[in-house]
Amino acid sequence: MTSHDHDHDHHDGHHHDNHFSDMQARVKALETILTQKGLIDPAAIDAIVETYETKIGPRNGAAVVAKAWSEPDFADWLQRDATAAIASLGYMGRQGEHMRAVFNTPETHNLIVCTLCSCYPWAVLGLPPVWYKAPPYRSRAVIDPRGVLAEFGLTLPDKQKIRVWDSTAELRYIVIPERPAGTDGLDQSALADLVTRDSMIGTGLAKAGAGAA
Amino acid sequence: MNGAQDLGGQHGMGPVAPEKDEPYFHAEWEKRALGVTLSCGAFGAWTIDESRHARESLPPATYLSASYYEIWTRALETLLKRHGFVSAAELAAGQMLERGAEPKRILKADMVPAVLAKGGPCDRPVSDPPAFTVGEQVRTKNFNPETHTRLPRYARAKTGIIEAVQGSFVFPDDNAHGKGENPQWIYTVVFDGPEIWGEGADPTLTVSIDAWESYLERA
Repeated sequence: MTSHDHDHDHHDGHHHDNHFSDMQARVKALETILTQKGLIDPAAIDAIVETYETKIGPRNGAAVVAKAWSEPDFADWLQRDATAAIASLGYMGRQGEHMRAVFNTPETHNLIVCTLCSCYPWAVLGLPPVWYKAPPYRSRAVIDPRGVLAEFGLTLPDKQKIRVWDSTAELRYIVIPERPAGTDGLDQSALADLVTRDSMIGTGLAKAGAGAA
Repeated sequence: MNGAQDLGGQHGMGPVAPEKDEPYFHAEWEKRALGVTLSCGAFGAWTIDESRHARESLPPATYLSASYYEIWTRALETLLKRHGFVSAAELAAGQMLERGAEPKRILKADMVPAVLAKGGPCDRPVSDPPAFTVGEQVRTKNFNPETHTRLPRYARAKTGIIEAVQGSFVFPDDNAHGKGENPQWIYTVVFDGPEIWGEGADPTLTVSIDAWESYLERA
């Protein structure tokens, strides 16, 4: 890297940081005041962050999908009562209190959005990605889903229908993607490795099995 | 309210730009913003509906240029001031200047797993049976309240089909404003793309919303 490049990066970094440092100061002020008043426990904040960094994330949802692919009875339960079926794996609680599972088929592809805020199934997918909460996705998913999917590198067959679920109430949706071909011999752990976060939002598909043509 | 939050169908917001290998947090303050927001939610002083309304009440230019953690933080300042926990002078000073309101509950670290595992279920029983049945055609109402609602503009005065009766839940349009939970039945209502977007709409598209009973009338 030349010194010019370095200066350029450095300058950009500072420009970018101005907004961040304002927010950093505002959040710091809030945490300081509330801690001084004894209204919040900084260790509780650490525990919340640690939970969503290490315990509650899309691997939870991937386990649900892999089980649904492997066990027809579980898939059936998921369709009838997703909240209970998912809770049976230990995934429940905040932003997963009222779950619905929607199944992709060759005829219909499902896509989840929250046009009004950022509703997302935290209990199975963890914290939502930035793009899910940002205006481009929230504005376009309901009117131009094929255009949105193209930006994720996903082109669906013209004939496949698209069903967009706008999470306007307290129901939280998870997409059960189609099981990839060539995965017949895989156990649930290997199957779960094929299940991406985006495939459970509907902005992607499950990864191809190693045995697929 | 017809605020900046009601984004469905808006144009000009740019590409989605998904980030490859996105980190959980993009800065340390985002972690603290998450934790402070959830900790203050645990006070029990306001509802999720009041929080959402505080967020959507941010000035549109602020809302549209802010990251979601910034939206949360700015709305949290509003809620803390409104409910007497923190004053504007304290926010300006960055220090406690006086005692304020006392919350019903303070979230301690050892309570975090149980609180997150419990969440905040908002299904509530209602005495009347559902007014609509699966397969029935309904029309969403046309209204434009300045207050909180969960019927997006793009789905107002549109005809759709009841696909599922989802149970009965707290009614956010009232609950956001301290008027009580007043639960109602919720229905998944599915609309054809052309019914919503008209000429040029993707004919393979259907869009559903989850609608409270009072948003709907027989069509």
